[in-house]
Amino acid sequence: MTLAGRGASVALNSLEKRYEGFGAVRGVSIDIRSGEFLTLLGPSGSGKTTTLMMIAGFETPSAGDIAIDGRSVVALPAHRRNIGMVFQNYALFPHLTVAENIGFPLKQRGVAKAERARLVEEALELVRLPGYGTRQPRQLSGGQQQRVALARAIVFKPRLLLMDEPLGALDKQLRESLQLEMRRLHADLGITFIYVTHDQEEALTMSDRIAVMHEGRVAQIGPPEELYDRPENRFVAAFIGESNFLPATVRGREEGHVVAECAGSLVRATCTTNPAPGESVTLAARPERLRFVDGGWPAPPPANRLAVTVTEAVFVGERCRYVLRTGDGTSLVLKEPSSAATRRRVAGETAEVAWSVADTILV
Amino acid sequence: MSEAIAPALLAPGRTAGMNWRRLVPLLLVAPLVLFMLALYALPVLAMLSRSLLEPAPTLAHYAELAGDEVFHRIFTNTLWTTLVVTAGTLVLGYPVAMGLARARTLLPLLLIIVLLPFWTSVLVRSYAWMVLLGRHGLVNEALLAMGMLDRPLRILNTPLAVHIAMVHILLPYMILPIANALRQIDPSLARAAAGLGAGPWAVFRQVTLPLSMPGVMAGILLVFVLSLGFYITPALVGGPRDMTLSMLIAQRVEQLDWAYAATLSAVLLATALVIIAIFQRAFGVGTAFRMSAR
Repeated sequence: MTLAGRGASVALNSLEKRYEGFGAVRGVSIDIRSGEFLTLLGPSGSGKTTTLMMIAGFETPSAGDIAIDGRSVVALPAHRRNIGMVFQNYALFPHLTVAENIGFPLKQRGVAKAERARLVEEALELVRLPGYGTRQPRQLSGGQQQRVALARAIVFKPRLLLMDEPLGALDKQLRESLQLEMRRLHADLGITFIYVTHDQEEALTMSDRIAVMHEGRVAQIGPPEELYDRPENRFVAAFIGESNFLPATVRGREEGHVVAECAGSLVRATCTTNPAPGESVTLAARPERLRFVDGGWPAPPPANRLAVTVTEAVFVGERCRYVLRTGDGTSLVLKEPSSAATRRRVAGETAEVAWSVADTILV
Repeated sequence: MSEAIAPALLAPGRTAGMNWRRLVPLLLVAPLVLFMLALYALPVLAMLSRSLLEPAPTLAHYAELAGDEVFHRIFTNTLWTTLVVTAGTLVLGYPVAMGLARARTLLPLLLIIVLLPFWTSVLVRSYAWMVLLGRHGLVNEALLAMGMLDRPLRILNTPLAVHIAMVHILLPYMILPIANALRQIDPSLARAAAGLGAGPWAVFRQVTLPLSMPGVMAGILLVFVLSLGFYITPALVGGPRDMTLSMLIAQRVEQLDWAYAATLSAVLLATALVIIAIFQRAFGVGTAFRMSAR
């Protein structure tokens, strides 16, 4: 079943959904490329599921347009959109066997019985459950049920697959193995995936691009590394991974960087906008990208430095987690990979931390 | 006294304690079982025994029934009425149950509308139908006033009147189990089916209807068994030719023909039991009454 390049392109254009005055989705525009794995990531209530439901046809947009392969589908009922869909609770038909469940979309499309049986077996092999056709859904584990739901959603070879937190009900280990399986399926099938989750790690692991949703809008869209390394706003910096936020005052510009004063030190930050000197800004820096200056940097320590006091030290196993306080009272978190060779710091001692300009983002 | 001390006093040892625990459910149902045995099972047995023991041990009463033309006609009529009423409640009740299952804000109102007749005496409702369906009743007067009829229709005292009134009275017994079964269905199943290419009719045919079957079976069974022994309504709104088994029993009791009445009762009871047994075999009454599994 090689269907490379068979994915649909999806264009969301100023999509809106209002419920009695409350805007669940407030102007979402995303162009999803053919064969892309796009994740809608956001906390609950951010509008990600509502957006997905509008693409699937279960919700009608209040305004805006959805085009699949350039053709608007807003007026098309769900059962005529030819989109595969996987639900969080699997939504397997309890009165049908596994094979009948997977054959369901084929039956609706008038596929003959023998051909149906062949395609069902093929789909079962694709999700690594060969020979499970005669079982009842309730006889399967959660992970197996979700793989059956996946098989059912792709057996009719849709060009677009929508997934609504499909791994949300599974335990961590199973989730990780299914994440890899989804990636493999995505590569094998070549169809477009739109995936909804509130789990940032899941989004980072699987997606080609992530659209971070916040209060009904797209806060930022881009590849995982870009969202992590260069968050455009405070929400994205805080929601994806962990961030330290440092209040600072702009002092000037220098070689494409902004120079700002932060807790008595001058630090440099990457920045896409052009803030005026004297303006108050917030700088973001990832805890794992901060280092103690005397903590064994390979090269000369990077340019941005701050004097701090350790207020809390926690050994987490793979790393040590320190809470630090700057001169102006701002709290910082620093994560240091743990090593028996590294000296562990204790609360109360003073230190100097450093991090690179590339890891300093003005948000 | 704590749970742990009680078994220790009664029977020391761990296994004894376990047995005591197992007895608790039995003790809980015991009062009801005793009540049913003393006041229901024994009188029924005593009554049924009359069909076999009066005046001396004999099967003559049953033999007599087998050859009785009048009994045959009444028995067939009873079964026919039961079938029509069951079918009527199913056809009228299923859509109402669907509405009830889907209702959100309107649910309390709809429930009251469905249940209101439920709380009114069968006698009152049967009289109400007499008033409505009579020669100068509301239905006839309305049709005459609209010019759709030249002279009043004869509805009261016909099988039609019996069917209309019984369907009305028994509808809640059909609606409630079906609505309950429909409410148990995960709403994402219908969505999933639509997403997989099933149109509204296909969703109903292939998902909603099969999943509501336990409720449908419970409803059919309830209405079937109840209408089999219905007495007041057919007696009041039916005609002389619409006699049912229960009316015949009442008639014989009035004539103090206890043996014959007991024999008829035995037949009625057996018919109901056979139907329940058929349902049990075919669908499992257990599933029909498994109300809330989710």
